[in-house]
Amino acid sequence: MNEPLLRIVKNEAMSFKKKVLIRAVAVILALLVCGIVITLITGYNPVTVYVTMTQGAFGTKTRAWSTVKEMLMLSCIAIGLAPAFKMKFWNIGAEGQILVGGIVSAGCMIYLAKIGNAGLFILMFLLSALAGAVWAFLPALFKAKFNTNETLFTLMMNYVAIQLTSYFVAKWENPIGSNTVGVINQSGHEGWFPKICGSQYFISLIMVLVLAVFMHIYLKYTKHGYEIAVVGESENTARYAGISVTKVVIRTVLLSGAICGMAGFMAVAGASHTISTSTAGGRGFTAIIVAWLAKFDSATMILISLLLAFLESGSSEIASKCHLNDFASKIVIGIILFFILGSEFFINYKLIVGKKGEKK
Amino acid sequence: MNSFITLFQAAIAFGTVILFGCVGEILTERAGNLNLGVPGIMYLGGIASLASVFIYEGSTDSPSKILCVIIAMVSAFIASALGGLIYAFLTISLKANQNVCGLTLTIFGGGVANFFGGSLNTLAGRFEAVSVPVTSAAFRTNIPGISNAGTIGKLFFSYGFMVYLAIAIAIIVHIFLHHTRRGLNLRTVGESPQTADAAGINVDRNKYLAICIGAGISGFGGVYYVMDYIKGTWANDGSIEKLGWLAVALVIFTTWKSSHAVWGSYLFGLLYWMYYYIPGLTRRSQELFKMLPYVVTLLVLIVNSLRSGKDKQPPKSLGLAYFREER
Repeated sequence: MNEPLLRIVKNEAMSFKKKVLIRAVAVILALLVCGIVITLITGYNPVTVYVTMTQGAFGTKTRAWSTVKEMLMLSCIAIGLAPAFKMKFWNIGAEGQILVGGIVSAGCMIYLAKIGNAGLFILMFLLSALAGAVWAFLPALFKAKFNTNETLFTLMMNYVAIQLTSYFVAKWENPIGSNTVGVINQSGHEGWFPKICGSQYFISLIMVLVLAVFMHIYLKYTKHGYEIAVVGESENTARYAGISVTKVVIRTVLLSGAICGMAGFMAVAGASHTISTSTAGGRGFTAIIVAWLAKFDSATMILISLLLAFLESGSSEIASKCHLNDFASKIVIGIILFFILGSEFFINYKLIVGKKGEKK
Repeated sequence: MNSFITLFQAAIAFGTVILFGCVGEILTERAGNLNLGVPGIMYLGGIASLASVFIYEGSTDSPSKILCVIIAMVSAFIASALGGLIYAFLTISLKANQNVCGLTLTIFGGGVANFFGGSLNTLAGRFEAVSVPVTSAAFRTNIPGISNAGTIGKLFFSYGFMVYLAIAIAIIVHIFLHHTRRGLNLRTVGESPQTADAAGINVDRNKYLAICIGAGISGFGGVYYVMDYIKGTWANDGSIEKLGWLAVALVIFTTWKSSHAVWGSYLFGLLYWMYYYIPGLTRRSQELFKMLPYVVTLLVLIVNSLRSGKDKQPPKSLGLAYFREER
C-alpha cells in the first residue's frame, strides 16, 4: 500500500493549556517576523523596535488612553459581531452599521444640541443602536426568508452606507468647501462624553465592559444564546428541536447590528466628535477577525483588540520616527493575523508522521 | 454627443479595473474559494508594478518602453500571485476560514501598498513625488491613426492595450471554464470536492492553481489603475480598495460567468460615472447617485436568490474547506 508520509487527523480534545501554548507560540513567531520586517525597512535593531513601539503605545498618559480608545472600538464591534458569527451568519457589514450609527449620532449633536446632555445621550444611544439594527435587518430578513447570501449582502450595505455618509458630510459641511464636517459643537461640547478620571474615554471603557459582560452571559447562560449555538451548528437540528430559525436569525442579527451602531455612537460622541467616511476606518473588518479568533469569548476579544491596538499605535510611532507612513501598522497587523489564523490548524488538527499501522 | 463619448470612455476605463479583479475572482470562486482578499491583491499588483518600474526608470537614463511594460506586468503578476498563495496556503492546507483569511489579506495588501506607495521616495532617497512617466505613457499608448478617427475610433480604439487584454482574458477564462476538460474539473472541485476527489481529480492542486492564477489576474486590475487610470502615480485614498470590493460585487452580478463580466463591468462604470453627466445635480445628490452600482448588485443578489435556476447560484461548496476524512 502506498501511504502518504504525513497524515492529518481531526484533533477533538486538546487541553486548554496546550491551546494557549500554541497561540502564544504563534504570536511570538509573528512578532519576531514583524521585528525582522521592520528592521529590514528602517534599519533599527529589533529590540529598539519593540521598545519604541511600547513607548509609542503606552509611553505617556495620552498615548496610553489613545491605545485604549482603539482597543475599545475594536472590542465593541467584535462583541457586536460575536452573536451573528456564532450563528454562522457572516455579518461583514459592521463597517456600514458603525457608519449609520455615527451619522445618527452626529445628526443628534447638530440638530438637538439644545435639549441638554442627559436627553441627548439617551437619544443618541437609542437612535444609533436603532440605525445599526435597521442596517443589519435587511440582510437578515432576506437570509432568513430566501437564503440570500449574507456575506455579499452585508458587504454591499457597507458601500451604500459609505455613500450615505458622503451625502451627509456634504450636507453638514463646515466650513463650506472643506468637504469635512469639522468638530461638532466645538464651543459648548454638547453631546461629547464628559471627562471622568481625567479621560473622555472613561465612559466608553465602562460601556464596553458592560457590553462584554452582557454578551458573555447572553451567549453562555441564556436560552437565546443556546438557540444561537444550535442554529450555528445545524439549522436542521434547530428546526427539529422546534426552534424558529427565521426568528432567531433576525433577532440575533438585529442585536448584532445594534451593538455595531452603538460603536458608531462611541466613535462620534466619545472620540472624534465628527463624522467622515473613515469613522469606521476598516475597524469593522478587523473586528471580524478579532471575533473569529477569540471564538466569541468576550475576554479574549478584548485581549486580541488590545494586542492589535498596541501594534497600531506602536507601528505609527516607528513610522513617524522614520518619516515613513502610518500604513506600516496594517502590514504588521496583517502578519500577526496570518500567523494566528495559521496556528488554528495545529489546534484543530494533528499531523501524524508515518504509516497508519505503526502508530497507535 | 461629445459628453456621451466621454461618459463611454470613462465607463470603459473604470470597468477595466474591476473587470480584471472580477475575472480573477471568478476563477477563484469557481474552485470553491470565496477570496475576500481581492482589494488587497489589487493593491499588491498595483504597488509591485509601480515600485519595480520606479526603480528601473530611476536606474537608467533612457528606459525602454517595452521593458517597462514587461517589468510592470511580471512583477505585478508575481506579487499578486504570492498574495493569493498566502491565502491558498491558509485556507487549503491549513483549512482556516476563508472569509477571515481573505479580509486579512485585504488589510495586509492595503498596508503594504499604501506603505510603500507613500514611502517609496523616502526609501529610495529621492525627494520628488513617485511617478513613472515613461511606463505610464507606454501603458497609455493607443493605436495610432484610428484612435481619433471619428466617433467609432474614439469609442472603441482610444484606449491603452490593457483594456483589450482584459476582454481577452475574460473570454479565455470563459472558454477555459466552460469548454475544456480542465475547466470542467475545476468547476467540479468548486461544486463538490468529494465528487472530484472520487473521480481522481487533485482537489488541492486545482484550488491552489486557480487561486494563484486568479490572484495574478486580479492584480492586473491594480496595474491598470496605477499605470493608466491615475497615470503612473500613487494615491493613498483607498480607491483601489473600493474598486476591489466592486469587483467582488461584480462576480455576483455576473452570476459567476466571466463572459457576462465584460459588459457587466462597463455597465458598472456607466452607473458609477453617470452622476457626472446628469445636469443639475448638487454635490450631495451626486454622492447618492454613486450608490447605484452597489444597489444594483444588491437587487441582482436578491433576484437571483429568488430564482431557482441552477446556473444562477454560487458554486455549491463556495466558502467551505475540504477535508477528505470528514464525510
